[in-house]
Amino acid sequence: MPSPKRQLLSGNEAIALAARDAGVALGAGYPGTPSTEILERFSELGGYGQWSPNEKVALEVVIGAAFGGARAMATMKHVGLNVAADPLFTAAYTGVSGGLVVISADDPGMASSQNEQDNRHYAVAAGVPMLEPSDSQEAYDFLLAAFEISERWKLPVILRGTTRVCHSYTVMQRRGPNGAPKAPKFERDIRARVMIPANARPAHKRLRQKLAEIAEWSETCSLNHVVPGDNKLGIITSGISFMHAREAAPEASVLKLGFTHPLPIRKIAAFAKSVKRCIVIEEGDPYLVEAIRAAGIKVEGKAEMYRFGELNVPRVRRILNNDASPEPAPAPGKPPQLCDACQYRLVFETLRQRECIVAGDIGCYTLGVLKPFEAMDSCVCMGASLGVGLGLRHVLPPEQARRVVSVIGDSTFVHSGISGLVEMVYNPPAEGHVLIILDNGTTAMTGHQEHPGTGRKLDHQPTNKIVVEDLARSLGVKRVHVVEPRVGSNEFERTLDECLASRELCVIIARRPCILIVKRLRELEQCECETKEAPCTIS
Amino acid sequence: MHDQLINVVVAGLGGQGVLKASDILADAVLRAGFDVKKSEIKGMSQRGGSVTSDVRFGRIVFSPMVSPGEADYLLVLEPTQLEPHKHYLKPDGMLIMPDAVAVDKLPNKKTLNVALLGALSAHLPLPEAGWLEALREGFSAELFDANRQAFLAGRAGQHPPKA
Repeated sequence: MPSPKRQLLSGNEAIALAARDAGVALGAGYPGTPSTEILERFSELGGYGQWSPNEKVALEVVIGAAFGGARAMATMKHVGLNVAADPLFTAAYTGVSGGLVVISADDPGMASSQNEQDNRHYAVAAGVPMLEPSDSQEAYDFLLAAFEISERWKLPVILRGTTRVCHSYTVMQRRGPNGAPKAPKFERDIRARVMIPANARPAHKRLRQKLAEIAEWSETCSLNHVVPGDNKLGIITSGISFMHAREAAPEASVLKLGFTHPLPIRKIAAFAKSVKRCIVIEEGDPYLVEAIRAAGIKVEGKAEMYRFGELNVPRVRRILNNDASPEPAPAPGKPPQLCDACQYRLVFETLRQRECIVAGDIGCYTLGVLKPFEAMDSCVCMGASLGVGLGLRHVLPPEQARRVVSVIGDSTFVHSGISGLVEMVYNPPAEGHVLIILDNGTTAMTGHQEHPGTGRKLDHQPTNKIVVEDLARSLGVKRVHVVEPRVGSNEFERTLDECLASRELCVIIARRPCILIVKRLRELEQCECETKEAPCTIS
Repeated sequence: MHDQLINVVVAGLGGQGVLKASDILADAVLRAGFDVKKSEIKGMSQRGGSVTSDVRFGRIVFSPMVSPGEADYLLVLEPTQLEPHKHYLKPDGMLIMPDAVAVDKLPNKKTLNVALLGALSAHLPLPEAGWLEALREGFSAELFDANRQAFLAGRAGQHPPKA
């Protein structure tokens, strides 16, 4: 039999391919670097992938699919798992019928994120198994393994990638279909799935029992293996750090942990004992080293300075040499900026001129914080512009409160701004409030994904459309304005001035398509008009 | 087959085709039977920021990232991007800048990325047929010809490295 074709795929592409081969019936997520390409590729390969309004809803949809007996996956960036944490923790209690995998794509070093949280802690906190691939072949193989583990113990499983695994291209080979997908079928199981306290108490005990069994299994599972080498130096590592460590110390013995929760403690102890010096090389928080030390195993870790940012080969060499001297500063590249012709340049210039206090949000428009605008005063997390702006309005003296505005993009608004808008209506500040929704008709920052406000699904096919101004009006906001910010018109400035002076609740929707997709949007709209039956094929 | 790793860094600005160039290089390498890894940070590239892509190949590649001071070749698509990336180059590494090709003679200015790949190709142990296959795979039929010409112009303009 000829060996399968060698392919150069990114980790995300490999996950998408594995999801197809695993017979995943449904993939749901919200776009976020470095996770976005997984669902896009899954959909291109013929899988059913969908963007949900946010990660919490995506995971809930996936839990429902898995309750129905199907294999399903949720994809998100690391901070997305904060949003989806609520269903994750209790799904660990309920368990699942079909396999369920949550893909968390972490961003150590913050190439494109607001923090560099280490989501390995979520596996421990929620009590779910976790796998960490280190290249595209493992991304593929580990997703298949994750579904098998999920179905064997009827638990959600986390597959944790990082930027350098998700976005690096490495050579891999496909294994072929991994078992026929089961036909979804509902089987009632009230005690397992209805988490009233009387059912949840035994469910928690069941979860801990499963984790004890899995810990035993992990001692011998092939996902954790030793690369034999010299016994002078032993390295315990996982994920991309494995690759850096192999290059930095090719002679060392390495315990490569692919399955990192629950940890194979006996295997780790035996490895540590087999070498003269044993050191843990891991990116981000000292997750492995603390767990290993807590088990009474003596290992070295890294200096605190290496908790920050990504690891690479030179940094791993420094860790191995106990070198904690200051590192050379990275050469500055050219920072990103709002596109020259971006319509929101005008919005931020207007806010700057009026010395507004701007509660900002997550998207390209966060770049309004940079020169020449410097027109943003906070950016915390998805949707926070509403709450933060309202809090400021409540406590600041009136002359300052009147200058506070919340600024949020259309996709971010649908993600988690809607409940903030409800808060605005329910607890209106004495001086009113002004919310500006920058509606460019796409999720621009992550590469122009659709969302519920575009009226098109992940694959760009038409669907029901959420109309933001109708939503605001239906919530009882009296002043709802839709304006087009453009050079040569002072409509946006005029509207903003009226709203700021009104002391009422105001929503200004600054609507103009992102200049990077104007052409594609026109093609999609034309396609929708011409062919109601045939699918649109513009990507 | 080379036991030694070959490290290439491609640097430029968003929109210049840095990632396209490194895709084609990695494909040509794969076709020649090497192990290869390619790594890039592209999160904000669409907003005109710096874009860098690392391609490493040889018998076996571990880390996907090129370490500072270890690049055998540095391709710079935009002169302002030399300063932030020159520390990647080995002391005896080769720098390939836009002036390595006669930009004015290119059929299409947008093919600079591929022309510089052509210049790079003159120094790499990869067969020309594999490069052309990678170009054919990487571009639509209407863009292929201009890119093939740019590649061959860049390749022809290079002299073998001085001993």
